[in-house]
Amino acid sequence: MADPGPLIEPHIPALRRYAFALLRDRDRADDLVQDTLERALSRWLLRHADGDVRAWLFTILRNLHVSRWRSERRRGASVDMDETTVGVAARQEAALEVHDVLAAIDQLPEEQKSLLLLVGVEDFSYDDAARILGMPLGTVMSRLSRARQRLRALVAGKVTLLRRVK
Amino acid sequence: MTSDGPIVEDELQAYVDGRLGDARRTAVEAYLAQNPDVRERVALDIRQRNALRGQLEGRFAEPVPPRLWIANIRAARRATLARRLAAIAAGLLLFTVGAGTGWFAAHHETLAPPATAGVAQNATAAYRTYVVEVAHPVEVASSQEAHLLQWLSRRLGKPLAAPDLTPFGYHLMGGRLLPGNDSAAAQLMYDDASGKRLTLYVRAAPGSETAFRFNRDGDAATFAWIDQGFGFAVTAPATREELLPIAEAVYRRFN
Repeated sequence: MADPGPLIEPHIPALRRYAFALLRDRDRADDLVQDTLERALSRWLLRHADGDVRAWLFTILRNLHVSRWRSERRRGASVDMDETTVGVAARQEAALEVHDVLAAIDQLPEEQKSLLLLVGVEDFSYDDAARILGMPLGTVMSRLSRARQRLRALVAGKVTLLRRVK
Repeated sequence: MTSDGPIVEDELQAYVDGRLGDARRTAVEAYLAQNPDVRERVALDIRQRNALRGQLEGRFAEPVPPRLWIANIRAARRATLARRLAAIAAGLLLFTVGAGTGWFAAHHETLAPPATAGVAQNATAAYRTYVVEVAHPVEVASSQEAHLLQWLSRRLGKPLAAPDLTPFGYHLMGGRLLPGNDSAAAQLMYDDASGKRLTLYVRAAPGSETAFRFNRDGDAATFAWIDQGFGFAVTAPATREELLPIAEAVYRRFN
């Protein structure tokens, strides 16, 4: 059996980057990466031996993130959610002027946000992104288009407002 | 337009991501040259894509913290696995020792009488499992001591008392019921001011021998003995000298 260590380790910086972009909290992001690595090690023999390790690791991380986010919502962490929204909105006042795209993508649905990160930052192929997100390739293309459209609208709305103030 | 077929939305996305072949890229660029609105839109997409990458660059470049090193994660996993295997092994011994015929009995007869060794082994496994428990170290707390002892006595088939170990600095936290070999086992847990925990383990065991058997497993020291059909074990992170008087006190309490 191949030693998983050297095959997994090169991808940890990218996993941390993706986790941070999803959560925008260093500790929680590293918790998510740690859980991802633990799960990857325990399921190493179950993965497709000829599959792409990087895409497999990102799939684990994203699934963990989504299931956690769902269970947090189920538990009704409404206070936290409100705080998050307020925080994002406040940050955005200053953010969009300097094109804080990282803050802006928080306004997008998780799928679209993940898509922008996987394709635009992590350089996954459209096919790999489709597999990681568990959606057909056609859906990836239309979601990507919609995500970028919404992002433009977010920034454009802000720009108009700033001009009017002047 | 310089190539076959009209430009479709998917190709604009692929252009933003730099994923078009030369021919189609040239075609898209020609199309954009003639459509300033779309050109502006695509240019903004590319700027935002680059901005996002730029914002996350630092996170990618920084060194990976030790807790995310594979070697450290594996070491932690191995430790967990070893603890589980030890618990399973002890669980198996519980059956084999009780029958008097198992692996342990066959191989260790000369070292320690199997019944006492089995009690010590079970006690240590139970100690390891529950002493680290933060949320639920005991099933029934000492605040319900009468109920606890009545309950455990009934399930154990032996009147059980909680020995007073305050002279040694240990106070009763409570207890729990555990699986024994033929019947149930009971565990009483004590702790001292520093949070150090001690357990008293009792279950039915064949024989009437009363010799104390000392056993050390890592930091956990155990004195075990058999008395009138019951096995007793006192386990704590202590030295043999510290533990012996406590075991003697417990022995006297039940004798």
